[in-house]
Amino acid sequence: METTDGRAAEGGRRQPLRFHVPEPKCRPGSAPDLADIRLPQARLPRPPVDTSSDQLHEYAYGLVRVLGDDHRASGDWDPGLTPDFLRKGLRSMLLTRLYDQRMLRAQRTGKTSFYMQCTGEEAIAVAQAMALEPDDMCFPSYRQQGLLIARGWSLVDMMCQVLNNSGDRMKGRQLPVMYSAKEASFFTISGNLGTQFIQAVGWAMASAYKGDTRLAAAWVGDGTTAEADFHYALTFAAVYRVPVLLNVVNNQWAISSFQGIAGGEVTTFAARAIGYGLPGLRVDGNDFLAVCAATRWAIARARAGFGATVLEFYTYRAAAHSSSDDPSGYRPEGEAALWPLGDPIERLKQHLVAAGEWSEEQHAALTAELTETIKAAGKEAESFGTLGGKASSPRTMFDDVFKELPQHLRRQRQQLGY
Amino acid sequence: MPSMTMIQALNSAMDVMLERDPDVLVFGEDVGYFGGVFRCTAGLQKKYGHTRVFDTPIAEGGIVGAAVGMGAYGLRPVVEIQFADYIYPAMDQLTSEAARLRYRSGGEFTAPITVRTPCGGGIYGGQTHSQSPEAIFTHVCGLKTVMPSNPYDAKGLLIAAIEDDDPVIFFEPKRLYNGPFDGHHDRPVKPWAGHPMGEVPEGYYRIPLGQAAVLRPGAALTLLCYGTMVHVALAAVAESGIDAEVIDLRTLVPLDLDTIEASVRKTGRCVIVHEATRTGGFGAELSAQVQETCFSHLEAPIERITGWDTPYPLAHEWHYFPGPARVGEALKRVMEF
Ligand SMILES: Cc1ncc(C[n+]2csc(CCOP(=O)(O)OP(=O)(O)O)c2C)c(N)n1
Repeated sequence: METTDGRAAEGGRRQPLRFHVPEPKCRPGSAPDLADIRLPQARLPRPPVDTSSDQLHEYAYGLVRVLGDDHRASGDWDPGLTPDFLRKGLRSMLLTRLYDQRMLRAQRTGKTSFYMQCTGEEAIAVAQAMALEPDDMCFPSYRQQGLLIARGWSLVDMMCQVLNNSGDRMKGRQLPVMYSAKEASFFTISGNLGTQFIQAVGWAMASAYKGDTRLAAAWVGDGTTAEADFHYALTFAAVYRVPVLLNVVNNQWAISSFQGIAGGEVTTFAARAIGYGLPGLRVDGNDFLAVCAATRWAIARARAGFGATVLEFYTYRAAAHSSSDDPSGYRPEGEAALWPLGDPIERLKQHLVAAGEWSEEQHAALTAELTETIKAAGKEAESFGTLGGKASSPRTMFDDVFKELPQHLRRQRQQLGY
Repeated sequence: MPSMTMIQALNSAMDVMLERDPDVLVFGEDVGYFGGVFRCTAGLQKKYGHTRVFDTPIAEGGIVGAAVGMGAYGLRPVVEIQFADYIYPAMDQLTSEAARLRYRSGGEFTAPITVRTPCGGGIYGGQTHSQSPEAIFTHVCGLKTVMPSNPYDAKGLLIAAIEDDDPVIFFEPKRLYNGPFDGHHDRPVKPWAGHPMGEVPEGYYRIPLGQAAVLRPGAALTLLCYGTMVHVALAAVAESGIDAEVIDLRTLVPLDLDTIEASVRKTGRCVIVHEATRTGGFGAELSAQVQETCFSHLEAPIERITGWDTPYPLAHEWHYFPGPARVGEALKRVMEF
């Protein structure tokens, strides 16, 4: 029926309403096709760190890149890193990948119950760890083992945590990969996604309150941006102008759900920052130099009192979500190989080779050396036991619930026979 | 000694701790400039500045999450959740994070935070401003749960909570903010002035967490209560003339089992009173503990007097509320068993 108030002019008769459930373009059985991914061609200049966030909107939709397809660095985001720095980064990334392979094998052979790799995402944790100071506090998710490795933390200690053995500093309480290493300024990882984002903001507020110089940095996956804690963090970070780095690792997948399900189909994750008045930068997460450059920019901004930055690292989760996951059930085989931003280790390697600072022979020798390093660490870690073998005493189960053991827990421990 | 309301005593506790320890911070919705909707933080921002006492966005999960991060750094944040009814948006940060940081990190990281929140009914707050959710927190390993019944305890317990290295949920019965209460809604509320429990020292003192108070020694039965119900219980005892031993638990976790057991073994009878709903309430836990440890001394079944298993109904709140009459009947039933 026509109405006289103008409603008819806007759409006529009332239609049944609809809603949309995002679906990735390809599913198992079809050929992978990433042709829809349009990488911004225009190079974004590096803005001064005191640029007001409302002048930075295009950075949330563009892509900060340094390495070109020719493996050369260009543009004013080029952080001008020395060959030694780059080789150190390459070493940590390679060590991270080999560590992952070894630990996944440990899981497959029953030495631990569970493992999560970060294959394809190594540049993010490694370059960021190298851009941050060693005592800046990291609030990671479970896919930033590269932070510990780049900080030179003991591989044996990490492995003991994965094997839940008698050398496990968490006394066999945590899921493997949920590391804690206070000495490495690495916050205890929660199994509840996203909770650490606002905690990092609180930590950074505390650091600023004490007149400390240590920053906080936090990481979530693209899927986790939908959690309330993500929004708490952005609100608090913006309101109190907190010196914190809020990193979103957009690896395209949250277990079987593609990034569109978390809202990545309608806008970018970096653009979430705009509504809060924070700067948001989208960065090529497979470009070690770009990750380092963008992180340094955010750090300089935070240290100069301009507050938080949201960094979206655009990358691809090349391996399964975890050792319990089989991605062939939800995405086509071979998709990772088509990822238009390549593999981060290969790209940094080629960059160094192109600059005459590295060679295939050196790379092979490094791979062999690090494989031995991992093997030796693995042996040492296993000497402390593997899952189901030597572990901490069940008596320790009652420790650390509270600082002091209360009466009811003492009684319960006695009931268990300890 | 000055006479203080519970609000003034709580304010004084925070004042003392802000003064003594630069690592203490106070924040929450409206707590800064305005001093909190119940005025518990009045004057503190003016005295200590807005980096130590400040307003937050309306985001309970954010308030507690930020406090957890600050606690991990080494500060002792004291946060206010405006009403206990609004603590649920912060549940994940409380139960999964604050409560387990120490455990999951093998002692590396801790969350020495205090979460203050007004609870309970009796002020016509309807079903969204009257809840007593303490039992939910007692079920969470790693949290301490406190509920004072008077200004003197409120100050000493809050100071102990702030100094505690574990996360503490500190429930403040808002019916008692301004004066004691005898459970009779038709009688005017008496001021704390002149009440022995309203005598509060100005300076520092603490009441250790985990110690119950025997408020009235007695031989006939043991009455376990906390918060507002302490005053209802005392009224019921006075009106019934039964020689009950009234124990104010003060801290639910850790619980003072020794005091409870010693009393029930002596009296042989036990009545539990709380304002929260009955099913799964803390009374169930108390009853089980007493049964497990004192069964052979019991001469009557344990009785629980509680709020009903309904949300708090505004117009009927005095029917919901366990008053002295209901408690008195229970005392008689247990004595006559
Ligand atoms: C609060 C919460 N909900 C659900 C889960 C189960 N879970 C574990 S990992 C995961 C996917 C996370 O995806 P994303 O944030 O994109 O990170 P990614 O694994 O890709 O690094 C889910 C749903 C959880 N751990 N915590």
